[in-house]
Amino acid sequence: MSSEVRFITKNFGKYDPMSIDSYLSIGGFSALKRAVTMDGEDIASLVGRAKVKGRGGAAYDMGRKWSQARAVKGDHKLQICNADEGEPCTFKDREIIKNDPFNLIEGMIIGGYTVKAQDGYLYMREEYRHLRPLLQNAIRQAEERGFLGDNILGVEGFNYHIHLYSGAGAYVCGEGTALIRSSEGKAGRPRMKPPFIKVSGAFALPTCVNNVESFAIVPHLLLDDAGFYMSYGGGESVGTKLVSVGGNVRNPGVFEIPFGTTVREIIYGLAQGIPSGHALRLIQFGGASGKITDGRILDVPYTYDDLKKAGVTVGSGAILVIDARTSVLDFLRMNQAFFSHESCGQCTPCREGNLHQKLLLEKLARGEATSEDVAMMKKIGKIMSLSSLCGLGETAQSALLSAMEVFPDTFAVGGAK
Amino acid sequence: MEMVHLKINNIPVEAPKGTKIIEAAKSININIPHLCYHPDQRVKARCRLCSVEVKGKAKLLAACSTEVWEGMEVFTDTQIVRDTQVGILQLIMADHNANCLTCARNGHCELQELCTRFNVLDPHLPDVCKYPKANNTNPSLVRDPSKCVKCGRCIRACKDVQGIEALTFANRSDNIIVTTPYNLSMEKTDCTLCGQCSLVCPTGAIVEKDDTQQVLDALQDPDKHVIVQTAPAIRVSLGDAFGLEPGAIATGQMVTALRMLGFDKVFDTNFAADLTIMEEGAELIHRLKNDGVFPMLTSCSPGWINFIEKHYPELLPHLSTAKSPMSMFGAIAKTYYAKQTGIPLDRIVTVSIMPCTAKKFEASRPEMGRDGRRDVDVVLTTRELIKLIKYVGLSFDNLQESEFDSPLGTGSGAGAIFGTTGGVMEAALRTVYEKLTGQEAQPLEFEAVRGFETIKEATVIIGDTPVKVAIVHTLASARQMMERIKAGDCDYTFIEIMACPGGCIGGGGQPIGTTNATRLKRMAALYKLDQNLPLRKSHENPDIIKLYKDFLGEPLSDQSHALLHTHYHAVHKMYEFSTEAKVK
Repeated sequence: MSSEVRFITKNFGKYDPMSIDSYLSIGGFSALKRAVTMDGEDIASLVGRAKVKGRGGAAYDMGRKWSQARAVKGDHKLQICNADEGEPCTFKDREIIKNDPFNLIEGMIIGGYTVKAQDGYLYMREEYRHLRPLLQNAIRQAEERGFLGDNILGVEGFNYHIHLYSGAGAYVCGEGTALIRSSEGKAGRPRMKPPFIKVSGAFALPTCVNNVESFAIVPHLLLDDAGFYMSYGGGESVGTKLVSVGGNVRNPGVFEIPFGTTVREIIYGLAQGIPSGHALRLIQFGGASGKITDGRILDVPYTYDDLKKAGVTVGSGAILVIDARTSVLDFLRMNQAFFSHESCGQCTPCREGNLHQKLLLEKLARGEATSEDVAMMKKIGKIMSLSSLCGLGETAQSALLSAMEVFPDTFAVGGAK
Repeated sequence: MEMVHLKINNIPVEAPKGTKIIEAAKSININIPHLCYHPDQRVKARCRLCSVEVKGKAKLLAACSTEVWEGMEVFTDTQIVRDTQVGILQLIMADHNANCLTCARNGHCELQELCTRFNVLDPHLPDVCKYPKANNTNPSLVRDPSKCVKCGRCIRACKDVQGIEALTFANRSDNIIVTTPYNLSMEKTDCTLCGQCSLVCPTGAIVEKDDTQQVLDALQDPDKHVIVQTAPAIRVSLGDAFGLEPGAIATGQMVTALRMLGFDKVFDTNFAADLTIMEEGAELIHRLKNDGVFPMLTSCSPGWINFIEKHYPELLPHLSTAKSPMSMFGAIAKTYYAKQTGIPLDRIVTVSIMPCTAKKFEASRPEMGRDGRRDVDVVLTTRELIKLIKYVGLSFDNLQESEFDSPLGTGSGAGAIFGTTGGVMEAALRTVYEKLTGQEAQPLEFEAVRGFETIKEATVIIGDTPVKVAIVHTLASARQMMERIKAGDCDYTFIEIMACPGGCIGGGGQPIGTTNATRLKRMAALYKLDQNLPLRKSHENPDIIKLYKDFLGEPLSDQSHALLHTHYHAVHKMYEFSTEAKVK
C-alpha cells in the first residue's frame, strides 16, 4: 500500500498559519533569502529542470513560462496567483492556503523577483471567503517584516506588493483572461487572444499567471539541496503532485503523491476505496472539464504521459470516483448542467451548444432520443471543442465525448442505458 | 511594410504583417462567413462563424482574430470547417426569432444571407429562443432582443465610437442578452439615439422606428398638402440601395422619386442649411463683438444635442442657439410657406428625409413647434425612404432627373457640405469671413477643416485676426473636447461637432452596409457637388435673401429668434459609471 509523501505539504501542521514568527521558526522565508542571491533566470531554469508543469490544469512548462515572462519588457509587470480553484472536485489549493499561507506568499514573492513583477494579485474564489482573514494576515505580517514592500531584504529596486482579490463565484473566472477582467472590476468573461496575457494582461500590463500549487512548490524546490523532489517520478512527470480525490470513496481528501503512483493505489489505498457493496462505475480526471473512463485505468501510473495514453488528463488534479449507484447518463446530465450554467454566453458554440447538449441528454434520459439526436450531440460536442472562444467551451464536452467512446451502450438508442 | 506569405486553400497570398486571415482571404475574393466581424470595429471573435482550419493547429482558428504568419496554410472549406460553420448557423437559428418576412431587415439581413448561402433549410434543432422583450418608448429606435445574435457590434459602436455605453451584455450562458442599464428604453439611459447601433446590427435586433405608414397615409389623403425636405447627405447615400456605386450623386433621381411618391412639394434641407449659416454666423459675430461665451459650439446634430444635454449640461451656454436646418425648415414651412401659399396649417404635413434616427426625437421636442403643433410632422430615415421607393415599385436608377421646387428648394454649395464633418464649419467660414472683412475668402475651400480625423483644428486668418476653430465628429471625441473645455485647455473660437462618424453621411439612419469606406466616398461626393455649383455661399442664396427681405428681416431679429432659435436644457442622468478601472 502506497503512502503519501511530504514535499509541497511539508509545512502542513508544522506552524501556526496566523503567525509569521511561527513560520520563521520553521525556516520560513529562507527560500526567499536564497532566491535574492540568485539570478532570476537561474530560478526559472531551476523550476524548468524540475519539470514543474502548471498545476492549474493546462500543464504548461512553468520554468519556460517564468523565463518568458521575465523576458517581456515593461516598467510595470504583474503576477497573478490563480486561486479561483473552480473545477468541481478540486480542493488542493484550499488546503495549501489553509495550512501554509506564508509559503504561498513566499512563492509569489520569489516569482515576482524572478519575472521582475512589482505587483502580485492573489485572486481567490469567492467561496473561500473564510480563508481571506488568513491571507490578509499573512500579507500584512509579511509587509510588517519587510518581506513585502519596497527594497525587499535590502535588495535595491526589488519592490513587490500583494493584493488580495475575490471574484463573485463564476467558474469561468478561472480562465486567465476572464480572471483578469474580473480583477479589473469588469464582468468576468474571457476575451480572445492575442493579445496574450504575458504581453497585455491585467490593466493591460505584462502579466504572469500561476496556480497556487505551482507557487507553493517553488520555495521548497529552492531549498531542496538533497534533490528529494527530483527523486520521485520520471520522464516528463518528475516530483510530487497534490490530488483531490472525491465522490464515492471512503476517505476523500487531498493527497500528495509521487508521480507514478497507480490510480488504484490512489483510489483504493489513500482514499480507501468505494463504500462496500458497490462497484466502480466511472472516474473523471481533472474536474468537470475532464474526460471520464472506467476501471480499465486503475493500474495506470498517475503521470502526465500515462494518463494521456489512457485517454484522460491530469488537469486540475481532481479524481472523481462514481460508483454504480449513478448511471453514466445521470452523471453526464449533472456534468452538462454545470456547464450549461457556467458558460459565459459570449461565443456561439459554447452558449448555444451547452444549452442543446443539456436538452439532448434529457431527451436521451427520457428514452426519446433518435440516432439523429445522438449524431447531433456528437456534432455539437465536436464544434464546441474545435471552435469555442476559450478553454471552457473547448473542454465542456470532454466528459460527453469520452463517454461516447468508453460507454457506447449509454448512447445505443433504444438499448440499455 | 513587412509582407507575409501564406496559402489560403493552396492559393499563394501575400499580405502585410498584422493582416487577419479574414482580410487576407478577402484579398483573393474569398468571403469567410462572419457576424461579429465588422471592418470598422475591433475584433470580438465571438460568433466563431469564421472558424477555419490552419495546418498544424488542432483547433480551428477564428479568421477575424488570427493574424497571418509566414508559411501559414489556411483552409476555408474543408469538411470540418463547413460542418462547424453550418453547425454554428443552426445553433444561432434555433435561438432566433425567425419571423423574417415581417422583419424590418428582411432582404438585407446578414444572418439571412448566411443561411441562404449555406442552404440552412432546416435547423434540425428545437426552438430555444426565449423571445426576450425590450422597452421601446422612444421615437427613434426599436430593439428586439429576440433577433439578437449576441455579436456585440452595437455595444462596440456605442462604446468605442460614441463613448457612451448605453448598451451592454447582461447575464450569462444562454440567458445572455444585449440590454440597456436596467433594461430601460434607450432614451432613458445615457443613449443619444444616434442610431450607430442600428447601422452595424447584422440582423433586426435594433432598427429605426418605422414611420413610413404615417407618410403613406398622408400622401393618400386628398386634404393634405404634403411637403418633403431632404437632408444634404441623402442624395449621396440613397443610391447605395439601388445598385449605384457608393458615393454616387443621385439628387435628380431622388427628387423625381419623391414627386412620383406623391409629395406635393419637394424641397431641400440645403436651403435651410444656408439659413442656419445666416443665423449661426450672425450669432458667432455677435458673440465676437459682445465678449460672448467661447468656444461656440454648433447645434445641428441632434445626437450631439442629446449628448451635451445628458452629459455636459454645464457647457450648454457654449451651444449656439440656432436650431438645426431641419427644424428651421419646419418652422419656416409652417409660417412663411403657409402664409405665402395660403394653405391652412391643418392641411400642411411636413416630412423630412434624414440620415439620422435622433432627428425623429428632435422633431418631437416641444421646442420644435408652436401652439401645440409640430414643425416637422414626420421624420423618415434614408432607410425608410428606400422602403417607400421600393413600395411604389420605382426603378430608381432609371428615373429621369428633376429639380427641387421653389421657394424652399434652392441650396448653395455651402449648404450641400453640411452633410459631412467639417462642412458646417467651412460653410460658416465662407459667410463669416465675408461679413467681417467685406471680401470673399480666397480660396473658398478651407482645406484645413476637411478630412476624416475625429478631431481637426485650424487657424483661419479673418482680416487681421487669427480665429482658431476645431471640427469634431463621433461622441467619444466630443467627450474629449468637452473635457478640454472644462479644463480650460481650449482656446478655440468655434467648434463644429457632429455625433456620427463622418457627420451626417455616416448617420445612424443611413443605408445598411455603411462603413467608413463608404463614408469617405460620400464625403468626396458632397465636396464635388459644392465644387460644381455656381452658388457656393449661403448668404448669396437668392431664396434666403428673399426670405429675410419678405419675412424675417435680419438674422437674429425678433422674428428669427422666435422661429429659428431655441434653448437647450440639462437632462437628468439617472446613474453614473466609472469608465476604466485603474491600477493602484
